[in-house]
Amino acid sequence: MSLLSNTAVLLGKELRTEFRSRELLTTTAVFILIVMVLFSWTFGPTTEEARRFSPGLLWLAFFFAASLMLQPCFLREQNNDTLSALRLSASDTFAILLGKVAANTIFLLLSELLLLPIFAVLYNVPIQPVLPEMLLVLFLGSLGIAVSGTALAAISSQARMRELMLPILLFPLLVPVLVASTEVTRSLFDPNPLVKWKGIGFLAIFDLVFLTALWLFGEYLLEE
Amino acid sequence: MTAPASSPTSLQFQNIDKRYGGLYALRRVSLGVAPGECVALAGRNGSGKTTLLRVAARLVRPSAGKLVVTRADSDARSSQRSTGFVGHATMVYDELTAEENLIMFARLQGIPNPTARVETLLREVGLLDRRESLVRTFSRGMRQRVAIARALLAEPSILLMDEPATGLDPEGVRWLAGTLRRLHVAGCTILMSLHGESEISALATRAIRLDAGAILADTEAGASLRSILTFANA
Repeated sequence: MSLLSNTAVLLGKELRTEFRSRELLTTTAVFILIVMVLFSWTFGPTTEEARRFSPGLLWLAFFFAASLMLQPCFLREQNNDTLSALRLSASDTFAILLGKVAANTIFLLLSELLLLPIFAVLYNVPIQPVLPEMLLVLFLGSLGIAVSGTALAAISSQARMRELMLPILLFPLLVPVLVASTEVTRSLFDPNPLVKWKGIGFLAIFDLVFLTALWLFGEYLLEE
Repeated sequence: MTAPASSPTSLQFQNIDKRYGGLYALRRVSLGVAPGECVALAGRNGSGKTTLLRVAARLVRPSAGKLVVTRADSDARSSQRSTGFVGHATMVYDELTAEENLIMFARLQGIPNPTARVETLLREVGLLDRRESLVRTFSRGMRQRVAIARALLAEPSILLMDEPATGLDPEGVRWLAGTLRRLHVAGCTILMSLHGESEISALATRAIRLDAGAILADTEAGASLRSILTFANA
């Protein structure tokens, strides 16, 4: 119970500080928008090409944007040593990580949802008929990025060359999420869309495994 | 200021080493702090005072040795939560107001009726009229007052303070000395790092001088205590 209430308090703090500054959301959304527009102008894909390539492009844009968004999530805690205050106050250090994971998932999802209509227009892909399935993929993919990204952001925040460290560690780890999310999204954009439950199941298992690892080893990630 | 909510706490550092790479921040430190004792840590910059306090707060894991925190009703986690810690940094969020900061930490610590507790503390630290101001708009001294209020939220049985008077004006130092005196009388164990003599150092019943991570001198009240504190400032 205290884990959930602590997580809720910390999520509230993350949302409050972000909606007050709007730093992460603005940066992430603008970055995704720029990538989408640039690719659309550069390649001018036909409808068929867009169906084939745009899911990969979409998820790559999400990945790069997420690495920008995840970078400051622990660096900000170092400014005033607030992470130490959280470690002293929270009933369970996992709550600190869970609060960050929840906040990062929400920020990433918000950016994605904001830009999904623009993506549909730019690449002429029918999203409306498959919206519930698309939302499920976005949620599972974003959660996967947020869980593993939060863990690596905690590690890299204490390393030298921390700005470079996170993408170097994150991208190889997220290849399975990228492949599965892209495949499921591509199948949804087919003229006869079908839901690839195997891919969705894989994403769910990935999220579960990394959440469990975070629960088991999270305490060590936050140590000085 | 109320008495500590939990039972008196003692600290035992048993042969503690802390290494950062090849550099020893603490070297074979063995030290006991009895319940209700008020101990001043002195020493030059880099002598290991901050590391010792962070080890005591369980924020830093020792490379060798053992820290034993004894409290009648404690496990490791609850003893950490009954520890009030004031560090070098303010340990509060600039983007939140003073009140939001304190209420958040109070909720994390499971303090009943956090709003009332925070209001009491804000009044005590003299920031009640600025409760809704963002911490980033505060002076260093005002931030330090918020930091001290945060450390006192849970009525800790042990208080660890790293140069707690940093940024405080003379009135603030007097207030802090008065607060610490009341806590000390109520049985709170206090371990704090200090530079030189002040109204706060006058509260110390014992002084320890660190040098290069090792204990150089350890003395109880009296003239030798004064010499440790002033020598450290030389």
